[in-house]
Amino acid sequence: MNLPFRAAPSSCNDIPVLRERGQREVFCGLTGIVWLHRKIQDAFFLVVGSRTCAHLIQSAAGVMIFAEPRFATAIIDERDLAGLSEIDAELDRVVNRLLERRPDIKMLFLVGSCPSEVIKLDLKRAAARLSQVHSPKVRVLNYSGSGIETTFTQGEDACLAALVPFSPLPANGYVPPLLVAGALSDVAEDQFRRIFAGMGLTDVGFLPARTAGSMPAIAPGTKYLLAQPFLNDTARALDERGAIHIPAPFPLGAEGTTGWFRAAADAFGIAESKLRAATEAGHIRAKLAMEPHREMLEGKRIFFFPDSQLEIPLARFVSQELGMEPVEVGTPYLQRAHLAQEIGQLPAGTVVSEGQDVEKQLDRCREARPDLVVCGLGLANPLEAEGFTTKWSIELVFTPIHGYEQAGDLARLFSRPMDRRTRLGV
Amino acid sequence: MQLTLWTYEGPPHIGAMRIATAMQGLHYVLHAPQGDTYADLLFTMIERRSARPPVTYTTFQARDLGGDTAELFKTAAADAYARFQPQAMIVGASCTAELIQDDPGGLAKALALPIPVIPLELPSYQKKENWGASETFYQIVRALAQPRREAEVNPRSCNILGPTALGFRHRDDLAEIVKLLESMGIAVNVVAPLDATPDDIRRIPDAAFNVVLYPEAAEVAGRWLERNFKQPMTSIVPIGVAATRDFIAQVAKLAGLDADAALKAGESRLPWYSRSVDSTYLTGKRVFIFGDATHALAAARIAKEELGFEVVGLGTYSREFARPVREAAQKLGLEALITDDYLEVEAKVAELQPELVLGTQMERHIAKKLGFPCAVISAPVHVQDFPARYSPQMGFEGANVIFDSWVHPLMMGLEEHLLHMFRNDFEFNDKAAASHLGHGAAKPVAAQATATQPAEGGWAPEAEKELQKVPFFVRGKARRNTERFATERGINLITIETLYDAKAHYSR
Repeated sequence: MNLPFRAAPSSCNDIPVLRERGQREVFCGLTGIVWLHRKIQDAFFLVVGSRTCAHLIQSAAGVMIFAEPRFATAIIDERDLAGLSEIDAELDRVVNRLLERRPDIKMLFLVGSCPSEVIKLDLKRAAARLSQVHSPKVRVLNYSGSGIETTFTQGEDACLAALVPFSPLPANGYVPPLLVAGALSDVAEDQFRRIFAGMGLTDVGFLPARTAGSMPAIAPGTKYLLAQPFLNDTARALDERGAIHIPAPFPLGAEGTTGWFRAAADAFGIAESKLRAATEAGHIRAKLAMEPHREMLEGKRIFFFPDSQLEIPLARFVSQELGMEPVEVGTPYLQRAHLAQEIGQLPAGTVVSEGQDVEKQLDRCREARPDLVVCGLGLANPLEAEGFTTKWSIELVFTPIHGYEQAGDLARLFSRPMDRRTRLGV
Repeated sequence: MQLTLWTYEGPPHIGAMRIATAMQGLHYVLHAPQGDTYADLLFTMIERRSARPPVTYTTFQARDLGGDTAELFKTAAADAYARFQPQAMIVGASCTAELIQDDPGGLAKALALPIPVIPLELPSYQKKENWGASETFYQIVRALAQPRREAEVNPRSCNILGPTALGFRHRDDLAEIVKLLESMGIAVNVVAPLDATPDDIRRIPDAAFNVVLYPEAAEVAGRWLERNFKQPMTSIVPIGVAATRDFIAQVAKLAGLDADAALKAGESRLPWYSRSVDSTYLTGKRVFIFGDATHALAAARIAKEELGFEVVGLGTYSREFARPVREAAQKLGLEALITDDYLEVEAKVAELQPELVLGTQMERHIAKKLGFPCAVISAPVHVQDFPARYSPQMGFEGANVIFDSWVHPLMMGLEEHLLHMFRNDFEFNDKAAASHLGHGAAKPVAAQATATQPAEGGWAPEAEKELQKVPFFVRGKARRNTERFATERGINLITIETLYDAKAHYSR
C-alpha cells in the first residue's frame, strides 16, 4: 500500500487565471451564521443590519426553524439613520433584551453587514463596551459578514479571525503542539482527533471549539493546519499570535486526507510507519467507499461556478480521486498561498476563474456542455431546465465531507444527480 | 432598531422582484452589493421556477465605494439592456445602495435607452415586501398605461390584477377565477402582473372594470385606474363560499349581467360537507388566525360562518391593511393582533391555546412547537405551498380545498369521542396523534398559560390528576378556564370540585 499524496512541486504560478468582475451569484458572509451557530453551541450571532440581512439568513437556512435559533437581526430603521435615536443606546437595548431572554448564551457576536459598514457603525467599539457590561457572563465579539467585504465562507474566516485573539495563552510556557482551524462537522472532528491520537498527537485544539469556554489555547510556536481553504484572515491572526502554518492539501477524499495527516506527521517528525498505522485503514475504506461513484463519474466533465472557495480542492478531488475532468473551476477568491498543493494537482488545461460575471460564465458553461455543473441555488433549477445536470454547491458546505469516512458521501454528492438523471423516465 | 428572529416579509425590493419575475419582457436592474443575489433562490427553489428572475444586480464591493459605483450601475444597466432586450426596465436600489444615494433612476435616464425605464423609490428602512410589490406594480401601470380606446372597450370585460411570482397559490387562484369569469361570459382583457408583458400593461385601460384579486399587490394600482380611466374595481376577494357568491354578484353588476345563472351553476362541496353529521365535531373549535390581511380576513369569515368554528384570535403582519383586520376582529369581540414580531405571535398562540392554528409558515412552526394542529393560509411561503396538484384557495374549488386542508389536521369526529372515553387505553391515548396523521407526529408540549394562575395556592394533586383525564386538545382550555374561575372567586386551591364547578360554569 503506498500513500502517494506528496506535495507536488507547485505549478501554481503557471496556471492561467481568468479574472472577472460583474454580477456575482454568491452569498455574502452572513450566511456562515447558518452553520457557525450550530457549531458553537452557546454562541449567539446578532447581525446589525437591514431587513434584507434577516431575510437572507432565513432564506439561506431554508425554513429551518430551530426551537429558538441562536441568531437574530437587529434591524436598523429610519429613526436610527436619521439620528433620531442614539444608535449605541438602541444596540445596548437590543442586546440586553436578547441576553435576558437567553441566559444560556456565553458568547455574543455582533456581526457587521453592508448597511452597518456603509454608515460606519463601529461595532468593534460596541462589542468592547458591551463586553465590559456583560462580562464575565458573556463575552461580546464582532466581525463583518457584509457582502461588500465578504463572500459566503469568508464570513467564517472573519468569525474565526475574531476568535483567535481571545484564545487562551497557556500558563507555564507550555506550547500546545497542534491546532486545526476551520469549522468541521462534529463527526469529522472526532474522527480526526482519533487519528491524531493514533499518530501520537493527543493534544490537538480545534478552532472553533464547541463551546465558548473551551476555545483552544495558542502559544508562539503552536503549529496549525487549515481544515478549510478560505481562512486567509484566520491564518494571518494565527501567524500574529506566533503560530506556525503547516502547508498541506485539504482533507477531502482519501488522498487529500492522507496528504493532510502526512503534512502533520512531517511537521512533528512522526515516523512513516506510525502515520501509516494511524491512517491506512481509513484510506482503504475511503477508496472502497468511493469506488462505485468513481465508476459512474470517471471521464465526466465538470464545471464549477464560484461559491464557497472549496472549488479548487474539490476539483482536485474529483479529478484525482474520481477521474472527472474539470472544465472550469470558478472560485470567488483564489487564495494561492493555501492552495498551492491543490492547484498543482489540477489537470493541465483546466480553466481557473476568479471573481464572476455570471452572464458570461453561463455563456461559457453552455458552450462547454459539461456533464455536471456545480452551482448555487439561484442557478441550479434554471440550468436543469436547460438540460444540464447540476449539484447545488451549498450542500458541499452544509454536509460533512471531510476525512476518510466521509469520502464516499462526498463522492455521492457528485454522483447522485447523475444517477437520478439515468433513473428518471419522465 | 428592531430585534428580529424571523421576518414575515422581505425588504421592499423583494416585492419589486415578485412583480418583475411575474412579468415577461421586463427587466429589473438593482443597485445592490454582493450577496443580495440570494433573492434569486426564492424563485428558483421555493417556487421551482425554471428560469432565473429577470434581475441584474450591480454587485458593488467595499473597494468600489470610494470609486464610482454610479458608473458601475450605468455599465450594468447598459449591459442588461444589450443582453436581454427587454420591452421596459425598472431600476432601483436595495437597502445598502439606498444609503450611497447614486440615484439609479437618473443614471438610467442618462443612458437614453430606447425603452421605457421606470425608476422605483422603495425606502428599505421604512417599508417591506408587500408595499414594494404594490408600489412597483403601481409605478409600472402608471408609466405604461395608454389612453383608453373607448371603441375597443367590451362592457363585459375585465382585467385581473394582483397575482405575482412567489404568491400563495396565485397560479391556481388565477386559473379558478379566469374559469369562473369566462363561465359568466366575461372576457379577460389583461392579467397582470403574472405573465403580462409591458405591452399588455399598456392595454389595461381597454377593459370595463378591474378584478383586484390581491389587494396587497394591486389595490393601489386599481385605485389609480379607477380615478384615471373610470374603471371600477372589485372589492371582494373570492375566498370561501359566501365570499365567492358575493364576488359573483359584484362582478355581474359591474358587467351588467344577471348573477343568478352563475350562482346556480357554481357549486362547492363545502356547504354539504359542513352540514353533514361528521362535521358536528367541528362546532366551536377554537381557531387562531394570522396571515396577510386578505387571507386572514377571508379565513375568519370562513371559520365562523362556513365551518362553525370559534375565532379566538385574529391578526396580520400587514400594517398597511390593519384597519379592516381591526374592524373584523372587533366584530368577533376580539382585539386584532397587528404585529410583525414572530415572538409576539408565538406568545399569543401559547396564551390562547387554540385547537387549530391557521397561519403562515411561521405559525406552522409555532403550532408544531406547541403541539397544535395547523393549516397554512397565507404567505410567507415555503416549497410546500407550491403543490404539484391544482389547489386554489379562491372560488368554489378553493372552498373545497380549504375544507380539506383545514379539517385534515384535526382529530376525526368519532376518533375524538373514543379518545375521550378510553383515554387510558394503552395505545390510544394522549400521546397518540390522530390516526390518519400517522405515528410519531408531534406530541404536544405542555404550554400552559400562566397569566391567569391563582396568585397563591394552585392545583391540588388530585385535581391536577383529574385534569390529565381531559383530552389533551382541550386540556389547555380546561386549565385556563378553571384557573380563571378560581381567580375570579378568590379560590386559592383548585380541587376536583373547582374543576367541575368551572366546567359547569363555562358550559352555560
